[in-house]
Amino acid sequence: MSVLSTYSDLFLRAFGTTIQLFLYSAVGSLVLGTLLAMLRVSPVPVFRVTGTAYVTLVRNTPLTLVFFFFAFAYPLLKIVRLDPFQGAVVALTLYTSAFICEVVRSGINTVPVGQAEASRALGLTFGQMLFSVVLPQAMRSVVPPLVSTLIALLKNTTIAAGFSVSDAGSISYVLSDEGANMLVGLSWVAFCFVLLVIPLTLVQRALEKRWSVAR
Amino acid sequence: MSSVLFDVPGPRARMRHRLFAAVGLLGVLGVLGFIGYRFYDSGQFEPRMWEWLQYETVQLELVKRLGNTLKAFALAALLAVLLGAILAAGRLSEHAVWRVPATFLVEVFRAVPLLILIFLFYYGLSTVQIKLTPFVAVVAALTLYNGSVLAEVFRAGVLSLPRGQTEAAYALGMRKTQVMVQVLLPQALRAMLPTIISQLVVLLKDTALGFIIEYEELLNYAKYLGSQGQFGRPLVPMTIVIAAIYIVLCLLLTWVATWLEKRNRRNKKVIEPRNKDDIEKVALTNASGI
Repeated sequence: MSVLSTYSDLFLRAFGTTIQLFLYSAVGSLVLGTLLAMLRVSPVPVFRVTGTAYVTLVRNTPLTLVFFFFAFAYPLLKIVRLDPFQGAVVALTLYTSAFICEVVRSGINTVPVGQAEASRALGLTFGQMLFSVVLPQAMRSVVPPLVSTLIALLKNTTIAAGFSVSDAGSISYVLSDEGANMLVGLSWVAFCFVLLVIPLTLVQRALEKRWSVAR
Repeated sequence: MSSVLFDVPGPRARMRHRLFAAVGLLGVLGVLGFIGYRFYDSGQFEPRMWEWLQYETVQLELVKRLGNTLKAFALAALLAVLLGAILAAGRLSEHAVWRVPATFLVEVFRAVPLLILIFLFYYGLSTVQIKLTPFVAVVAALTLYNGSVLAEVFRAGVLSLPRGQTEAAYALGMRKTQVMVQVLLPQALRAMLPTIISQLVVLLKDTALGFIIEYEELLNYAKYLGSQGQFGRPLVPMTIVIAAIYIVLCLLLTWVATWLEKRNRRNKKVIEPRNKDDIEKVALTNASGI
């Protein structure tokens, strides 16, 4: 307990940074992931190939490597200067969006073709079909895996600690500098993550149960 | 061919699609061209930056580091599958004595970030005078995390089997352990093989986390060689090469998964799971156990 009370400031600041990282990159990757999913389901082959190539490349690259690129290699290219925090947001966004793209795409694909065909036969426009027929049904199968992707994102933010962002993962560095008990300190960090993640998991399970439809 | 969102295009839609294709192609080429130009302009394509690839010591070291990555992967994969089977059996047990601790372990280790687990093993245990090498710390953390994810996969696989399998096994007079080990787990393993392998891809990628505690793997070497002035600090070429290695390895594993899935589908011995959707859902939820 003493570690937590002595370093409560540090814990609050570090978890604040973690949550900031999470929120920025969650918004970023939701937007980019949805755009990529639009590319992947589009009727134009060039778009589809682009989306598929991006997803295949990024999904098979370790996140640590993406961070490594933005921390060490990217500054050499002299495009736009990014500080470590911004670099971390970009790395997390690029990485997570590939997974979000897959979730959204497979959600759209679970809607039976007949639904869209029927709505076209009724004379609905593309927008009407998308927003009142396809997306409401797709949402049900998208949201639970989307929540677990976001949980994974929350956990992945810790990797930024290895690349000079002072988030929850970096608590261990401060503790070791100050000679505090690392085992207890790190257990508290782990416990805080459990506290953050378990409610999200419960929400996800509840949604999954409530929204599962028999097709 | 009509998809969910789009009907079969008519002549006007085809024209429009061609226009979009042209614009899209220009856009993609523009972005790639810009990135390529930045690489070229900052001198990343100069022969000097790639010279290191020709040195035999560098090649040997790369192979050695790749071996280290694969060693951690192989050991952690094996242990994680074993741990997953044990935890899954625990979670499915009828006795609360087994079920509650197994559920607790699975939930906790799935919720704690992998890096924090690695830190716990590497820095945390050293405060109680247990000094682990980076290799052991990485393997132990990967085992615990992926073991608990795989436990959920196995459990979903067992639950998806037709109930007749259990009933028939009991009717033959098998004990509970026999039913689980000889009847249910082998079938669940087969049904979930693609999901298990995609989790192993995640495990392979996560070995790169060893970089942060200075395990001597590929990225660690990239940082070392990338700071060598005599090669012109080839950080960018190094990153590209290592990304290529990882992508090839992961694609190989994924390819094995699809191959096994195809083979499974032909195999008559496999029993169709009760609910194919369930398996897909687990696959989706776990594929994001990234």
